[in-house]
Amino acid sequence: MPQGIKDKVAILGMGCSRFGERWDASPEDLMVEAYNEAMSDAGITPEQLDAAWFSTHMEDVGTGRGGIPMGIALRLPNIGVTRVENFCAGGSEAVRAAVYAVASGACDIAIALGVEKLKDTGYGGLPVATVGTYIPQWYPAAVAPANFAQLAAAYRAKHGVDAATLKRAISHVSVKSHANGAKNPKAHLRKEITIEQCLNAPTIAQPLGLFDCCGVSDGAAAVIVTRPEIAREMGKKDLVTFKALQLAVSNGWEMSGSQWDGSYVHTARIASRKAYAEAGIKNPREEISMSEVHDCFSITELVTMEDLGLSDEGGAVRDVLDGKFDADGAIPCQIDGGLKCFGHPVGASGIRMLYEMYLQLLGRAGERQLANPRTGLIHNLGGQPNQNVCSISIVGREGE
Amino acid sequence: MTIGITGYGVYIPHLRLSRKAVVDANAWFAPNLKGKGRGHRSMANWDEDAITMAVAAARDALPESVDRQAFAKVMLASENLPFAERLNAGILAGALGLADDVVANDLGGAQSIALSSLAQAVSAAKADAEASLLVAASHRRTRAASAQELDYADGAAAITVGTENVLAEVLASASHTVDFVDHFRLQGEEIDYHWEERWVRDEGIAKLGPKSVNAALEKAGINAADVNYFIFPSVFKKADAQLAKRCGINEAAVVDNFSAELGDCGTAQGLIMLAGVLESAQPGQIIVLSQFGSGCNTVVLRVTDAISGFKPVRGLAAQLASGKEETSYTRFLAYKGQLKLERGMRGEQDKKTALSTSYRHHKSLLGFIAGRCKESGDVHFPPSRISYTPGNHVQDTQEPYSLADKRGKVLSWSAEYLSSYMAPPHQYGQVDFIGGGRVLMEFTDVAPGDIDSGFEVEMVFRVKDIDELRGYKRYFWKAKPVSYNNADSSAAAE
Repeated sequence: MPQGIKDKVAILGMGCSRFGERWDASPEDLMVEAYNEAMSDAGITPEQLDAAWFSTHMEDVGTGRGGIPMGIALRLPNIGVTRVENFCAGGSEAVRAAVYAVASGACDIAIALGVEKLKDTGYGGLPVATVGTYIPQWYPAAVAPANFAQLAAAYRAKHGVDAATLKRAISHVSVKSHANGAKNPKAHLRKEITIEQCLNAPTIAQPLGLFDCCGVSDGAAAVIVTRPEIAREMGKKDLVTFKALQLAVSNGWEMSGSQWDGSYVHTARIASRKAYAEAGIKNPREEISMSEVHDCFSITELVTMEDLGLSDEGGAVRDVLDGKFDADGAIPCQIDGGLKCFGHPVGASGIRMLYEMYLQLLGRAGERQLANPRTGLIHNLGGQPNQNVCSISIVGREGE
Repeated sequence: MTIGITGYGVYIPHLRLSRKAVVDANAWFAPNLKGKGRGHRSMANWDEDAITMAVAAARDALPESVDRQAFAKVMLASENLPFAERLNAGILAGALGLADDVVANDLGGAQSIALSSLAQAVSAAKADAEASLLVAASHRRTRAASAQELDYADGAAAITVGTENVLAEVLASASHTVDFVDHFRLQGEEIDYHWEERWVRDEGIAKLGPKSVNAALEKAGINAADVNYFIFPSVFKKADAQLAKRCGINEAAVVDNFSAELGDCGTAQGLIMLAGVLESAQPGQIIVLSQFGSGCNTVVLRVTDAISGFKPVRGLAAQLASGKEETSYTRFLAYKGQLKLERGMRGEQDKKTALSTSYRHHKSLLGFIAGRCKESGDVHFPPSRISYTPGNHVQDTQEPYSLADKRGKVLSWSAEYLSSYMAPPHQYGQVDFIGGGRVLMEFTDVAPGDIDSGFEVEMVFRVKDIDELRGYKRYFWKAKPVSYNNADSSAAAE
């Protein structure tokens, strides 16, 4: 068994831009917003950064390739900047790289920054992507909502849930996230909605309607990490440390055999189980105070509650409708509004999730502050249900 | 040695355009067409063309019992093959999984071409006992508010010709070739130009037809009065009966040309009608099949005792009885490329095909060949060098395994309105193949509500994408509900 990352690395500072349709901001502007806040929170100068990891997904419509866009935008002092791309989980991957660099002792202080500029395409939704030269010749030109909507079809078939009940449950997911997002000044969508609005919204991909889909947003987020002893030397108290960083990536099993039933995300189950072990968590329902999960679509969040073991298999519909994951529920989920309302600038999302957990653990979340959270779980999923990368990070207060 | 037809099949597209919808839409401009607003014509979906319909007809003519490797020759006849350069019959051969050493030809130029090709196939059988596959497909464009728009139809037919298990012996054939131009179309043009119907009928069909029919009957040693079925496709009313009369063939022998509910499938129509006849013909019966075009070609056939031993996979009667009525004239125009729809920015995605990649994977892409692991039996699409079953990695254990003729069940699906798609909503999902294999694939010919988890689907070869910038099409397999095969409530009805 590897030693794991628990309590070896602490967060020195974090920053996050306002998310949304940032017609006013270029990728460089968004990076600077997140960077300035993180650097000021950390209380360091650029010369103290040893290395940087940079996450951006859609280089063609956004920011450009390689480490150069970040190096130039932030005028970094010629340190190493490595671009990380792992679908929507790229942000968490940049964090993992920076954390590992610091934990190894190769670096003292490292920064991970994610940015995505999606709103320069001229249309709503994610930019149309082309993948290689072979796959488009046989794979449907599938869009994300329809890929994830299939979870609903398979979930209904497996658990015998009728369409109306499932639609009501996933609508509850979105209503909850809108209520949370309304309290977040940096969120893209800040309006509360009703169940009826959800149920009656135009269909995007059956059974998902407009309000079942997350915002497509511009934004950036950054985290600066170091070892706890360095943070303490710099005068930091109440450290937030990493308890687990796990990543599981599909190997084609879901797509080739017939064992996977299509109703859940296989990698999420593997990564969360490993993360709990790394963090020393025996009973996640008791020990996880809150979560930020990859709610690209309402149905994704619902099945994720089962994948993370926070709901029984087949029990998420009931738990969601009972309010277990609402702001005042047992394990609040998407307290910042989630992808749904905070928004989803792809390369930045994983770091944005970490940002909320960090604020909550330090008691800095303002109007949406939860009472005394101890441990936060971040689920950052990239790809689609039948082939994906799933990152699970757990953070908490040092020594707990 | 008996030489003749050893198998037959047809393909009629799922969509049947209401002629009333067409004449109503055009009534402001062409009130003279009002009288033609009865019945239906078949209509290719946006992802169908002469190649995909040819593949479908050939598959109808090739039940599992037929050895596809046995064909020495494949011929694809059409007035509208998609590619002017790139062997269309080569795509057909690839999709059907014919032998690599098959001789493949594209044929065109006149609607009688399928019959002259049949004569060639007979010669090949005579010389070397070779088996041939002959497919004719029609996917013509017509001008909006024209008579042809209402008369013409999309469809395909296939026959196999050889010396074993002959269902209908070819007794004789005769050609009469003359540059009689009833219609024409230059290379690169899309729509035919027609001369006056009365002249074509009286000076063409009435005079040239008997020369070919009589010559063929004479060669076959058959009396005109003994002909049981006379097949002569024509969009002109009664032209078939008038020709029969001129040749001394009984009026009762004239075979219905399906103008009411199918329309005229050009090059393919003669073979479609022949397939219809063969579905119910009795041993000993005489069939005369004649088709007009730059002259006239005729074939005389005698049904053998083997006729009851062959059944096409679905056949004509079943396909005519199923199908779905289409009442949107603008959909028809759009699918025929005559109405440019606003497809939004998502429709601007570049569909460039890497031809080197296509060739590297041509067996998988055209033939839907997966890889089946010898050790675990797991089926992988696309095939891969490493097979993975949890706990067991093995390498280079996969053998070619075709999914084209396997049925599947829908595991998960969705129907979305986001992407740029010619038949919204765009429906796709994961299909679990009976016998193994799982592929995320598109559903075609489907309307909202036609797909759900657990539904059974079968595979069809269709256009995957069209690269309008460079003028290229790529093809792949899609899933279609098996329930469409039932002639039930979805049948075109009026």
